[in-house]
Amino acid sequence: MATVNDVCRLVRSKNAGPFWVTIDLFFDGPESFRRYAQSEALGPATFARLYGTDPALVKRFPVESLSMVKISYPRSSSQGGMVERDLHCGQQFVRLLDVELD
Amino acid sequence: MPDDPRGPIKVLVPTGSLGAGAREEEVRYGIAQGAQVIATDAGSTDSGAAYLALGISKNNKGAVKRDLTILMKAAHEAKIPIVVGTSGQAGGDKNVDWTRDIAVEVARELGIRPKIALLYSELGKEAVKAKNAAGRIRPLAPMGPLDDATVDACDHIVAAMGPEPFIAALEAGADIVLGGRTTDTAVLACYPIMKGAPLGPAWHAGKIGECGAQCTVKAVDGSGVLLSIHEGGFDVEPLSAVNTCTPHSVSAHMLYENSDPFLLTEPGGVLDVTETDYQQLDPRIVRVTGSAWRPQPYTMKLEGASSGRFQTVMLVGIQDPIVLRNLDAFHDRMLDRLYHRVRTTIGEAAGDFHISLRLYGWNAVTGEKVPEGTPPPREVGVLFVATADTQEMATQIAKACNPWFFHMYMPEHEEMPSYGFAFTPADIERGPVYEFRLNHVVECDDPAELVRTVWVDLDQAEAA
Repeated sequence: MATVNDVCRLVRSKNAGPFWVTIDLFFDGPESFRRYAQSEALGPATFARLYGTDPALVKRFPVESLSMVKISYPRSSSQGGMVERDLHCGQQFVRLLDVELD
Repeated sequence: MPDDPRGPIKVLVPTGSLGAGAREEEVRYGIAQGAQVIATDAGSTDSGAAYLALGISKNNKGAVKRDLTILMKAAHEAKIPIVVGTSGQAGGDKNVDWTRDIAVEVARELGIRPKIALLYSELGKEAVKAKNAAGRIRPLAPMGPLDDATVDACDHIVAAMGPEPFIAALEAGADIVLGGRTTDTAVLACYPIMKGAPLGPAWHAGKIGECGAQCTVKAVDGSGVLLSIHEGGFDVEPLSAVNTCTPHSVSAHMLYENSDPFLLTEPGGVLDVTETDYQQLDPRIVRVTGSAWRPQPYTMKLEGASSGRFQTVMLVGIQDPIVLRNLDAFHDRMLDRLYHRVRTTIGEAAGDFHISLRLYGWNAVTGEKVPEGTPPPREVGVLFVATADTQEMATQIAKACNPWFFHMYMPEHEEMPSYGFAFTPADIERGPVYEFRLNHVVECDDPAELVRTVWVDLDQAEAA
């Protein structure tokens, strides 16, 4: 059972403007990229569950040349709003690390 | 470039954000390499809406003045222009004026008289409503169509400029252009575009250089980069002699803070890097080829910031093992007590208030329950956040909660605990909640339609 943390050398998250979050998963090599970049476990349902986002708006972009996949989703609460806990979304990737991929 | 009779067009990007720390030796190196312009961004929406709503800078005055002094001295000596985008963090009119005053002060101290152009792109509410009524404003996901109430809620609204107003100011003889809200890319791309550089490489170079040395291998070892745009593409070189660029460091920057790694929408077109190739040209320099620009009808992105309800905060530190071994129960019990306390002491007058407790050291960043079996931490910091319709009410709520926040018993406590406040008074008025309200684009017939250009009269500015 491989988790995101097992097969990625770097996972990072950041706001992409005030309304979107983007997570970059750099796999540990082309083999992991081929095996997991399109994984169901990295699909919209997981992002809806972990981040409360609208699954219909989740976007996934595999970048083969970098063996990475970028996944972007709209924030579920406004940046800097009443219940803000991570203004720049730089900590959001952590919740993804334990997701099981197969 | 032997195949380009004009040679490359060289843009010196001294830092990712004016005030972040330009380095004199790096600027000297870039100019020695033949830089024809110094271009830098000075802001971003990343740090939230407060800077636009209030018209204030994130970087302090001393830091911006320090960087401007280095850049204005070097540019004056080399006789090359300086272009600055998104002045004063948010690029609203007040942010531009703040930056103007610093530039005027630096010019006086250096004994130079540059021709300074100010580009304002802040919009009045009526102008935005009129554009919307004319069907010229479109929402971007996840927002819906714009309505007048949302426009009215904004304290300040800006439109992000493209390169055209900068080019017009440079062609009119500006030595320094201080732009209001500008796309990060446009301020770096404006000079090459003015000089006839191919659009794909010019825009892509702007994107890669937007954060200065962040596209290099060791961003901490340097502050800036030199971008050389030529007929075949563009080259990226760190300004620091000990730093390097690699195809990975450069291409990975296209991912940074972008929701799409291949397409970037800008005023008047889309940058498409789907076919882009990155090659190591020498140990320090990367060559980028194949970037494409696809023209589209001209649009400018709108940003609008509002100030909303008010918050008052308190903070305690807790090391008491009775609390630490049952933190989730502590959180739930305290939140329940605090709501009860406000309802019984302030009642209806508290309005639609909100209280949030964030346990730093436990689960403050997510607010979600931690996995079963997680060992207790050595201590937690508990942040209390009250939100109410007025600052006074938020503080009244904090004061009402203070005794419980300070002393709340858990069932195992034999006597009254006292948690560790760091400040007196304990409650801190945090001010309003600032939020961005617009995620829309406005269609423009002309790139200068929503931009006002003002020239600084140094005689008058110095007398002021």
